[in-house]
Amino acid sequence: MSVARIQMAHGSGGKVSHDLVKNIIWPAFANDILGEMHDGAQFVIGGARLAFSTDSYVVKPLFFPGGDIGKLAVCGTVNDVAMNGAVPLYLSVGFVIEEGFSIEDLKRILASMQEAAAEAGVYIVTGDTKVVEKGAVDGIFINTAGIGKIIDGITINGKNAKPGQDIILNGYLGDHALAVMSERHGLELPQSVKSDCAPLGDLVASLLAAVPSIAVLRDPTRGGLATTLNEIALQSEVGIIIEEKDIPVSLAVQAACDILGFDPLYLANEGKLLVFVDKEYTPQVLKIMKAHKYGREARVIGTVSHAPCGQVGLRTGIGGIRLLDMLMGDQLPRIC
Amino acid sequence: MLTNEEVKKAADFFVREIVSLAGQKPIRIMEVCGTHTVAIFKAGIRQLLPTTVELVSGPGCPVCVTPNDFLDAAIAYSKQPEIIITTFGDMLKVPGSSSSLAQEKAAGADIRIVYSPLESLEIATKNPHKKVIFLAVGFETTAPLAAATVLMAEKEQISNFYVLSAHKLVPPALRVLLAAGNRPVDGFLLPGHVSAIIGMKPYDFLAKEFATPAVVAGFEPLDILQSIYLLLKQIQRKEPKLDNQYGRVVPVVGNPIACQRLNEVYQVADAQWRGIGILKDSGLALREKYRAFDALKNLPVTVEPTKEHKGCQCGQVLTGALLPTECPLFGEICKPEHPVGSCMVSVEGTCAAWYKYGAGRWQG
Amino acid sequence: MCLAVPGKIIDKQDMLATVDISGVQRKVSLMLLPEAKLGEFVLIHAGFAVQTIDEEEVKKTMELFKELEQYADK
Repeated sequence: MSVARIQMAHGSGGKVSHDLVKNIIWPAFANDILGEMHDGAQFVIGGARLAFSTDSYVVKPLFFPGGDIGKLAVCGTVNDVAMNGAVPLYLSVGFVIEEGFSIEDLKRILASMQEAAAEAGVYIVTGDTKVVEKGAVDGIFINTAGIGKIIDGITINGKNAKPGQDIILNGYLGDHALAVMSERHGLELPQSVKSDCAPLGDLVASLLAAVPSIAVLRDPTRGGLATTLNEIALQSEVGIIIEEKDIPVSLAVQAACDILGFDPLYLANEGKLLVFVDKEYTPQVLKIMKAHKYGREARVIGTVSHAPCGQVGLRTGIGGIRLLDMLMGDQLPRIC
Repeated sequence: MLTNEEVKKAADFFVREIVSLAGQKPIRIMEVCGTHTVAIFKAGIRQLLPTTVELVSGPGCPVCVTPNDFLDAAIAYSKQPEIIITTFGDMLKVPGSSSSLAQEKAAGADIRIVYSPLESLEIATKNPHKKVIFLAVGFETTAPLAAATVLMAEKEQISNFYVLSAHKLVPPALRVLLAAGNRPVDGFLLPGHVSAIIGMKPYDFLAKEFATPAVVAGFEPLDILQSIYLLLKQIQRKEPKLDNQYGRVVPVVGNPIACQRLNEVYQVADAQWRGIGILKDSGLALREKYRAFDALKNLPVTVEPTKEHKGCQCGQVLTGALLPTECPLFGEICKPEHPVGSCMVSVEGTCAAWYKYGAGRWQG
Repeated sequence: MCLAVPGKIIDKQDMLATVDISGVQRKVSLMLLPEAKLGEFVLIHAGFAVQTIDEEEVKKTMELFKELEQYADK
C-alpha cells in the first residue's frame, strides 16, 4: 500500500479495506487467534469454547426506514458472534457522543438497542460513554463487543467450504444499503424497502441444532454478497459459482441500483446469512429457514466447485459466466 | 418484462444465429461506449460468442479520454480554499499527473460527488462566498445536461458557478479511427444513449464513406446480442448500413431540443484525447457568450506540468489497436488498485472492466 | 457515458417532474424534454429526462424477443 492517508475506500469492506487490515493492522497484533481471520475470535477458557466479536457503528443517517444506529449496533455484533456457530450472550457498548446531541434521540437509540437485545436474547452488561466537542464526531458513534458460547459439537470456519456443497441465502439483497443511502441520493423508495437489520442468533441456533454439519456461516455485510463469497473462496481454496437468476433482489432495489450505477451484489445487508452445506442437507436447511421469520425467502443461490480456486463466478441470465470479484474500493454513483 | 426463461430462450436463439453467421474469418466489432463495455462483461456475452467474433472496446469512455491536464487543473483548483469542486463519481479516483481527486479529498479539499449537475447550483446558492466548479465530462448524452445547467445558472443569476469542461463527441472519433485504419474494424456497436440525443444522421458516414456496418444498440443483454446478430447479417450480406436496434428509445431525429440547448452554450472545438492526441473538431468549448461560467477564463490557477506514465498504452487500447491483455503493463504493473493509465481506473474503462470481469482471469 | 434508466412521469410541475422507476421515485429536470407529458415513460440520465420512450416500440421489442423463432432470418 503506497498511500499515506486513510481514504473513505478503506472503510468500505472491499479489497482496499482488506489490504489495510491485512497489511497494516493485523501485523501490528499478530497472534494465532487473530490469524484465523474469521468474523470473530474463537478461543477456549476453562474448557468453555467462546466466540468474541466487535464492531463500530457510524451509519448516517442515524434513523432510517427499518431501523436505526442502535438496532444496527446490537444486531450487527450479535450476528457476528452467531456466525461463529455460537449463542450470543453478552454485549458491551461504548458511546462517543457529540456535544449538543439530542437526549431524545439518545433515548430513542437506547430503546431500540434494548428492543433488539431482548429479541436476540442478549444482555448489555457493561459500557462506556464519552462526550466530545462539537464537530469531533458526527452525532453519535457506537461500538459494541459481544461474547457467546460456541454450540457443542459445532465447528464453523471459513476454511470448511468444500466442492459439492450448496450455498443457501435467506432472503433479499441490498435493502439495508438502499434504506440508508436513499436520502443522500435524493431517491424516494417505496415503503417496502426497509433495512433488513435483524438478529439472526435464533435462526442460526435452529439450523445448527438440525444440521450440525453446516460447514460455513457468514453474513454478507459491508462489501456485499460478492465480497463475502470471495473471502470464503479464498479461505477454503475452492471455486464458487452462483446463478444470477436465483439471486433475490427486489425490483425497487434493482431500480435504485440502475439509477445510481450500483451493483446489488456489493451492497451491505444486515439481516442476511449464507449457509454452506452438503447437498443432502439442503432440503432441511431450506425448510428451517422458510419457517423462520428471517428466512421466508431462502433459496439455493449457487454451489462450491474445485475450480477455479479462490474465484467466484456468476452465471448470468443469458448463460455466460463472469468473474465476480471482491469489491475494490467503495461504490460511487456514476453516469457512465 | 420477460421471464428468466424467455430471456434465456431469446439469448440462445441469438447466440445460435451468431455462431452460424460467424464462419471462419475473424470479425472485429468495436463497441464504442464504456457503458456497453461494462454491460457486455456483466452479461457474460464474450463467452457465448464464437472465437472468430472479437469484441473490442473503443474510445467511448469519457473518463479514460479526459486529458491529464484537465485532472491536474481540477486538482489544483481543489487545493484553493474558496473552491468547491462538484463532480460525477466516475472522476473521483482517476489519477492525474501526481494525485487524484480522491487523494485531495482525503487531504481536506472540498470535493463533492453529484448525481446531477444541477446539484452544483444548489451548492453554489448555499455557499455564496465560495466558488463552485463543476467538472463537465461526458459525451453527447451528458453534455446537454451541462449546457442546461449553465443556462439555468444564467437565468437564476448564480454568479459563483463555473464549469471546467472536457466534453467530447463520438462521431469525429469514429471518423479518425476509420481513417487511421491500422487494424480495421468490421462493424460498430453504437452508443444507444448518445444516439438518443444526436439521432441517427451523424453516423451516416460510417456506411456511406467507409462501407462500415453499424448498429445503434441498447444496453440490455438481449439488445446487445441482437445488435451483434444484426451486424453479422450486414457483414455476411456485404451490405453495410446503419441499423437501429434501439428504436424504443432512439428516434431518427434524436432529441432536437437537447441539441439546441447544447449548441446554444457550446461550440465545436479541437480536443485532446488522453493517449490518442488532439482530434480536430472532436470536443466542445463554452461559447464566448457564456465566458462568465468558464472556470479557466475567470479563476486563476497554477497547474503542474503534465506527466504521463511511460509505457502506458491506453491510446492503443482506446482505439482498438491493442486488447487490454496485450498491453505489457496490464494486470501486473497496472491494476485497479494501482492504475497507471485512465483505462484502468475508470469503472467502465476498458482495462478495468477486462480486469474486474475476468477476461483472462476466469478459468472455470 | 450512457447510464440511463426508464421511468414513468407521475407528477409534473413546470420543468420539474417526479418519475417512478419500479417503485423508486426521483425528481428530474425536464429542461431537455419540456414536451414530456404526465404518464409518459422517459429515459433518465443524471437527473434529467433526455428522451421519451416509445411504448409501442417497447411492446414490439418484447414481442420480438418472445417470438424469435418466428422472425428467424428473413
